[in-house]
Amino acid sequence: MKAHLTRRYRFSASHRLHSDAMADEENAATYGKCNNPHGHGHNYALEVTVSGPVDERSGMVCNLVDLDGFVRREIIERFDLQNLNMLPEFARMVPTTENLCAVIHDILQRGFTLAHLEKVRMEETMMNSFEYAGGAELRR
Amino acid sequence: MVYLTRKAEFSASHYYDNPSFSPEENRQLFGKCNNPNGHGHNYTLEVTVKGEVDTRSGFVVDLKQLKEILQREVLDALDHRFLNKEVPEFFTLIPTTENLAISIWQRLAPKLQKAQLHRVRVYETPDLFVDYYGEA
Repeated sequence: MKAHLTRRYRFSASHRLHSDAMADEENAATYGKCNNPHGHGHNYALEVTVSGPVDERSGMVCNLVDLDGFVRREIIERFDLQNLNMLPEFARMVPTTENLCAVIHDILQRGFTLAHLEKVRMEETMMNSFEYAGGAELRR
Repeated sequence: MVYLTRKAEFSASHYYDNPSFSPEENRQLFGKCNNPNGHGHNYTLEVTVKGEVDTRSGFVVDLKQLKEILQREVLDALDHRFLNKEVPEFFTLIPTTENLAISIWQRLAPKLQKAQLHRVRVYETPDLFVDYYGEA
């Protein structure tokens, strides 16, 4: 039987929203306080949802030890306590949480093969969150 | 179609062990969760039903009835229990969060009349939950 498993992680990082494609005034108008040249930080929450048949022998969709290990190695260690604008992923891309969601989805999609990736959900603050399912429709 | 979600909480203990594995295999696969004395969680359950809104009552489902069914079929059976030892399906099934979600679905689905069960979500901790949509 197919089940969906969601695991929640946390990391903190700083960023500045600024697009090279816009003039300074347009950047300021578009991003407001987020355009502050010195950047600012968030405590992000990341939710990873994977799905698959529940293995009869283990009772699991996938072993949490494997998922936690992958996310720690490939995502938390890469982004936690970093300035996102300094990372190669964001050399040419504004580090909005939309883009961060897509980058993290891509890391999981390429590297985590032990269950089907359903979606990535990120909370930038308690008041806003973003979900990305790699172009697929989100399941209610 | 309107979706309605009812929350409930229960506390239970469990451990993970597959008798067809050797003790070493069980320890390797399940880690700390293999301790036969068990350990516990405060589970949060979210049951989502869906249906058309009844024009006379304005309800998708009579919440009082849903609460009673939840209490009788799920909470009375699971709350403050050692799942492996006291809940029949877990005499053989490993009481992972995945299997718990499936088991709760199977307990509820036949008892619901008007509303259709859409999703069972079980939080083992605030950082781990499983959704089951009744899929084979």
